[in-house]
Amino acid sequence: MTGGASRLVAAAVVVVAGFAASQVARAESSMSYLTTFGPAGDPATRLGWGLGLISIAVTVIVTALLLAGLLRRRQRADPKALAVASDTGGMAWIYVGTGITTVILLACAVWTIRTISAIAMPVGTDLSLEVSAAQWWWRVRYDNADPSQVFDTANEIHIPVGRPVRVELESLDVIHSFWIPKLGGKMDVIPGRTNVTWLEADAPGVYRGQCGEYCGAQHAHMALSVVADPPATYAAWVADQLAQAPRPASSDVAAGLATFSRHCAACHAIRGTDAGGILGPDLTHLMSRSTLAAGTLPNTPANLLAWLADSQAIKPGCRMPRLALSARELQSVARYLQTLQ
Amino acid sequence: MIDSGPLRVPVLARVSDDPGIEERLRRIWETGPGLIGWLSTVDHKEIGKRYLVLSFLFLLIGGIEAGVIRAQLGAPDQTLLTPEQYNQLFTMHGVTMIFLYALPVLSGFSNYLWPLLLGSRDMAFPRLNALSFWIFLLAGLFLYASFPLGMAPDGGWFNYVPYAAHEFNPGPNIDVYALGMVFLGMSTTVGSTNFIVTLARTRAPGMSLNRVPILVWGTLTASVGNLLAVPAVSLAFFMLWMDRQVGTHFFDVAAGGQPLLWQHLFWMFGHPWVYAIVLPAMGIVSDALPTFCRRPLVGYTPVALATVSTMVLGFGVWVHHMFATGLPPIALSFFSAASFVIVIPSAVAVFAWLATIWTGRPVFTAAFLFFAAFVFLFVVGGLSGFMTASVPVDRQLTDTYFVVAHLHYVLIGINVFPVVGGIHYWFPKITGRLMNERLGRWSFWVMFAGFNLGFFPMHIAGLLGMPRRIYTYGSGMGWGPVNMVITLGSYLFAIGVLLFLVNVWRSLKRGEAAGPNPWHAPSLEWSTASPPPVFNFAVIPTVASRYPLWEDRLEAGAGRSSTEEGMLLDHGRETIGTTVVGAEPDVILRMPGDSLAPLALAVAMAAIFVGLLLHSWTTVIVATGALLLTLVAWLWPSAALGQTMEIADE
Repeated sequence: MTGGASRLVAAAVVVVAGFAASQVARAESSMSYLTTFGPAGDPATRLGWGLGLISIAVTVIVTALLLAGLLRRRQRADPKALAVASDTGGMAWIYVGTGITTVILLACAVWTIRTISAIAMPVGTDLSLEVSAAQWWWRVRYDNADPSQVFDTANEIHIPVGRPVRVELESLDVIHSFWIPKLGGKMDVIPGRTNVTWLEADAPGVYRGQCGEYCGAQHAHMALSVVADPPATYAAWVADQLAQAPRPASSDVAAGLATFSRHCAACHAIRGTDAGGILGPDLTHLMSRSTLAAGTLPNTPANLLAWLADSQAIKPGCRMPRLALSARELQSVARYLQTLQ
Repeated sequence: MIDSGPLRVPVLARVSDDPGIEERLRRIWETGPGLIGWLSTVDHKEIGKRYLVLSFLFLLIGGIEAGVIRAQLGAPDQTLLTPEQYNQLFTMHGVTMIFLYALPVLSGFSNYLWPLLLGSRDMAFPRLNALSFWIFLLAGLFLYASFPLGMAPDGGWFNYVPYAAHEFNPGPNIDVYALGMVFLGMSTTVGSTNFIVTLARTRAPGMSLNRVPILVWGTLTASVGNLLAVPAVSLAFFMLWMDRQVGTHFFDVAAGGQPLLWQHLFWMFGHPWVYAIVLPAMGIVSDALPTFCRRPLVGYTPVALATVSTMVLGFGVWVHHMFATGLPPIALSFFSAASFVIVIPSAVAVFAWLATIWTGRPVFTAAFLFFAAFVFLFVVGGLSGFMTASVPVDRQLTDTYFVVAHLHYVLIGINVFPVVGGIHYWFPKITGRLMNERLGRWSFWVMFAGFNLGFFPMHIAGLLGMPRRIYTYGSGMGWGPVNMVITLGSYLFAIGVLLFLVNVWRSLKRGEAAGPNPWHAPSLEWSTASPPPVFNFAVIPTVASRYPLWEDRLEAGAGRSSTEEGMLLDHGRETIGTTVVGAEPDVILRMPGDSLAPLALAVAMAAIFVGLLLHSWTTVIVATGALLLTLVAWLWPSAALGQTMEIADE
């Protein structure tokens, strides 16, 4: 091999390895599933680490065998000559190698099947959510036998810490996939069928998720988050969500609501007003959510105004059209929406 | 029909006794001059070269698309591409690489090599061979027809409904893909049939099934797999097109259709297809790597059986593409276990290659570097596949960049590296000239470094939770640095591929003369001149062992293969037909001459698909008429082709 080229490769190997190590060390990225925080994900995470370490070990061993086989010293010989005199020998490699492989595979298959049952939803899970996926956002409905306790929100799910939550998944259009990496694996959301998955968080926190199945132009901007709250905080949040939107406290805000009713209410609902559209997210408590447009923007006044002014520039192709509103009207709608705590 | 007339016994001749043989055969087999000759040739070597060149052109197109994609993803929040452009580019990148490069390039090798490996003068159906190439060319153009209009397929190569349904994707994008895939499937079907019959009937006398090269096993297995798998996808795409244009409801939820039906049909095809685009490439390595290790492959029989059993098992694992679709745990457990089991035949092959290297004496040519590196890449790609075989783990890994890393290790590691190694290996046979070794090594090391630098970090991006098929990502996600490395590495890989192409270009003009057997290799193709004469072999070789050209160096059993003395067969285009298992001479096969009918038929078929796409029923009717007329012309009985004579039993 050419000296220069081999040094280049050696350098590349060092760079890749160092880089890999540094990136794995940063695995606290909000979407990384190298660590998980609940019983719906943990057994699979342990299995993933186990299979990953087996894979690394096998790669190292086979690579070492390959390199040793390539580089071990041999007597020089006429290039026309053969290294062996007969077409035999070497079969022990296949017997031993395949034998060991088979044993490892069987063990992994058993571990896998045990893990499949370990991550099944616990019996007696009584808290239930309906999550409906649409291009490109998530509708979240909190189910309850008592209709007065049912409410809708979007793109942000709150759950109580330490309690399993059943999640029913339905699609409003194409296939999506519900995925909160730090709490567990994906479950596809398929039109015409209701898939069921579950969530449980061990620790309070915000767990980011993102659509896991390609669903069109804005697949990249279809995020959601799961906020795990201590039980009391969760109960307070539910009570807040059940409340209707406050009535406008000033004429300026009332003008914003009027504009909203004319231009936005066909798609969006705000409970307590006559806006009852179902094509877009329920905005009754918009300000309680931390992001806009399914995780696309942090929910700040400036971002809200920018989003209202030109949603197509921020999320091209999204279902929210450019609004034919004057700057004044935009400001007043934004001011109204900011009252929706 | 076999006439009961006098049996003709082929003349046995010795090449050195009759210097006029070659000239006579050349006149019989030569393609006519000019454009008509070029368009009508049925010479498998010419068709094989066209397959290779065209699939490499598609590789370059797919590579350019990938380059643009990587520019968009190299840093957070890039706006080089709109979402729609990005979606068309990633779709066409996948379609191009999987359908227009990966299988056709292997068909190129097999078309060129099979008759030479098998000691025959052409494929069993030379005209079908030409037809499958012309369809490949026209279907490739068809699939790209809407690209310049900005309306290329944009549903991903997997094209899931209902996103691909008319309601959500009303433009011509998906119609082009659906019709193009039905069209292309015909090329695959025709080609596969030809390979199967060629293997069964045109091996040299004595080349029993346990003596054919592993590449032949690989392509045979892939061909049988394709014949069983392609109907599923052709059907699925035709149903989709009808849903979109005729108003059927196969996948329409509102009318009781099933989106998951698409996924089952697609992956029943898709998974076997993955094996179809790697098994022949593995065969290239199993045949060529031993040449450079100066010994026969360790474990010919287990490797051949592993090849076949991979495909058999490959039909039972399609659901592992659907682990997150909410199927019942018992089904998931079955398909998960099956996906683990399919690792076993791969392990057989890996240990066979390792043993061949260990017990051999490697010669470090550029070709060998590609094959040795392939073993490493095969293991890395195989192990990431092993991880995704486990349902609970896959539900995290699926649809992340981890899977993108996996599939590129599989497709580049197990297809592109053997293919480029295979070009280095057979280039002297095809062109008569050697490739430049020094440039070959440089291109290898740059490709190898660039590939691992560009694609290994995709595993990390996946573990950091980066989903596939997103056109951008925010800077807060922490995916920026890893993506920059991926982009730079993939560009380095592209430079390596360009160095390889430069080497091909230079070597075509200035390469050293190769001679018939520059690598001192064992199989039949190396017994004839480089490049091979148009008739391949002056006399049909007789085969007595698995390694005909190494018999003087191995303790062979009884008998000697002969390439010097054999059946002459010079009453027109002829080759010998042999029995399926034992390769006993059975019948003299009259081979058809050059013809424009395959091209005409492919053009008529293309016109039908264009008519369907444009809803121009007149075009469809006229083209169908032309197609039927062409078929009549093609199939018109010709006395010269009558199989009227049979060789006598001894």
